[in-house]
Amino acid sequence: MTTVPADVVEFRGAAPWRRALRLHGWTIAVWLVLLAMVPYWRSLSQQDFKFDVQALAIDAMPLCFAAMAQAVVVISGGIDLSIGSLMAVINVLSAREMVDMSFRQALAFSLLLILLAALASGFTGLIITLTRIPDIVVTLGMLFVWQGVALWIMEIPGGGVPLDFSNLALGNVGSTSIPNAAAVVLVAWLVLWLPIRWLRPGLAIYAVGSSRNSAYLSGIGVTRTRVGAYLLAGCFTGLGGLALSASSGIGDPNSGTTYTLNSVAAVVLGGVSLLGGVGGLIGVIAAAYVLTMSKIVLLLRGTDPNYANVYQGVLIILVVVVGGLLTRKTRT
Amino acid sequence: MTAAPETLERENRLQALQRFLVDNPVVVLVGVLVLLFVLTDLVNRHEAGEPFVTWNQLSTTFLVAAPLGMIAAGQTLVMLTGGVDLSVALTATAAAFATAWQGGNGTAQGIVAGLAVGLGIGLVNGIGVGVFRVNPLIMTLGTSSVTFGLLSIYAGRAFEKVVPNLVETLGSDRFFDYLPANLILWAVLAAILILGLRYTGYGRMLYAVGDNAVAARLAGVRVWQVLVVAYALCGLFSAFGGLLLVGFTNNPDLGLATPYLLQSVAAVVIGGTSIFGGWGSYSGTIVGVLILTVLGSLLTLLDAMEWQRQVIYGSIIIVLTAIYARVSAPE
Repeated sequence: MTTVPADVVEFRGAAPWRRALRLHGWTIAVWLVLLAMVPYWRSLSQQDFKFDVQALAIDAMPLCFAAMAQAVVVISGGIDLSIGSLMAVINVLSAREMVDMSFRQALAFSLLLILLAALASGFTGLIITLTRIPDIVVTLGMLFVWQGVALWIMEIPGGGVPLDFSNLALGNVGSTSIPNAAAVVLVAWLVLWLPIRWLRPGLAIYAVGSSRNSAYLSGIGVTRTRVGAYLLAGCFTGLGGLALSASSGIGDPNSGTTYTLNSVAAVVLGGVSLLGGVGGLIGVIAAAYVLTMSKIVLLLRGTDPNYANVYQGVLIILVVVVGGLLTRKTRT
Repeated sequence: MTAAPETLERENRLQALQRFLVDNPVVVLVGVLVLLFVLTDLVNRHEAGEPFVTWNQLSTTFLVAAPLGMIAAGQTLVMLTGGVDLSVALTATAAAFATAWQGGNGTAQGIVAGLAVGLGIGLVNGIGVGVFRVNPLIMTLGTSSVTFGLLSIYAGRAFEKVVPNLVETLGSDRFFDYLPANLILWAVLAAILILGLRYTGYGRMLYAVGDNAVAARLAGVRVWQVLVVAYALCGLFSAFGGLLLVGFTNNPDLGLATPYLLQSVAAVVIGGTSIFGGWGSYSGTIVGVLILTVLGSLLTLLDAMEWQRQVIYGSIIIVLTAIYARVSAPE
């Protein structure tokens, strides 16, 4: 009689819901945390629900995109420190050029900018794969390069976007009370991630992130996949930069600084292991909302905004520490 | 076939030369530094009509380079372990503020306060990286964002900023017209570091951990202790740098050390210390610091904008890491 490893037995014998829980437990937990925070957040606020939800969605939108970009790269086994500053580049470029544009022109220009961001990020990925320097070093260098480029495009905050373009972030979908800012994130997830996730490229991204060698031996183009992950992340980064322009209405070369760290925190909180190959984007989106809501809650409680930054910094470190400990245990 | 041995010999000699240069990047770097000095001199003669290579300018170069030398010293230690510290600039700024805040209560108290703040931030980094195994980049980015938040709270409050006279002397005075006071401090630190890294047990453990942390652990090295000490020292050296900076400007502000973050990483990378850890030296970093300082003067002469500096330094980091990785890769 052959012995079967214990976990395989459990895997075969387990009810489907149990398997789902094991695979998606973290994602579900993050959404539950988000839901659990809602009553407390509501109890602090004086505004009506619709207004609050909209403010939250607008505040969270750039972070959502930054975190989605980071998640794609991290799942593929890398890490991108230049997301924040590339967002700033797109932000200032759009604000400088869009000032006198009509809404349609602005939309067309946005598509161009998203393409540009994807190419820029893909270029970073190409450097990484061609030179075989670790992601961290190259993206650290690119962090400074893009910061410089953003300053070059616009030295001090300024510029602007058409009113209708701003409305993409600030308004509501039709006459419903669903904020545009949340809908745009959802659409981006549906259009950019979901098809890829369920087809070969997505599988390749997970395989490469999980083990580069095994993926290579299984006949997956590792270089192609990693560059592809950076390209896709670039699309999300571009959207993030445009989200900054639409929600703030101006371009600011320093607008991206917080997003590098916060995107990593959202990724870890969202259940994506920094070791790669584990997790999905739904949890990450929830995590971005949790982080934003925790900041709003602190501000509503009358905390000095500077202290709120300190608390958030501490919270992020704790999230990364605890998340790191937990994922290490489950993986080894 | 008679030519074969000769070609072989020449190839061998070329290979030996290449190996020598790879093993001693300082030789190449000093050459680059001299070239850069000459270039700056030519540009200065062309633009301002006077030479750049004078005793006075040389002394100024060292005076300006010393704070970066201190901060890059800490960065070297951390990068030898295979990490990187992105909180050095804000640690230096925080130390400068602490010194100016306590400076009114006596010189010693001011200096101790500054150094204690630096050591404290370094310890937090070290514990996060060494004990909780947080990715160094994320840990140090986190502490630097917390430090920035705290600093912007306290900097907003009105308090008397007194920079102790001793700190001021160390940061900006020159003895015998040409010998910057901070150069003496830097030289002492450099001697301790270069000798310490080569001859002490801790120095060797630092290289061992950076080269292969698992092997070091199996050989009996307590890796987490080595890491905690490396990050704590990095905080301390950054605080030294911050003190020299505030002694130079005499007025702490939030942006005091901001440019030094990128420059410290660039200096270490230029100096040939591997960003993967386990390979490099502080002597290389010193030359890297001087190269960056002269490059800074050259860029100032050429009226370079802030963004151009950022792009240049960022590209230097990527390109040099690629080159070093290529040359020193095992065949």
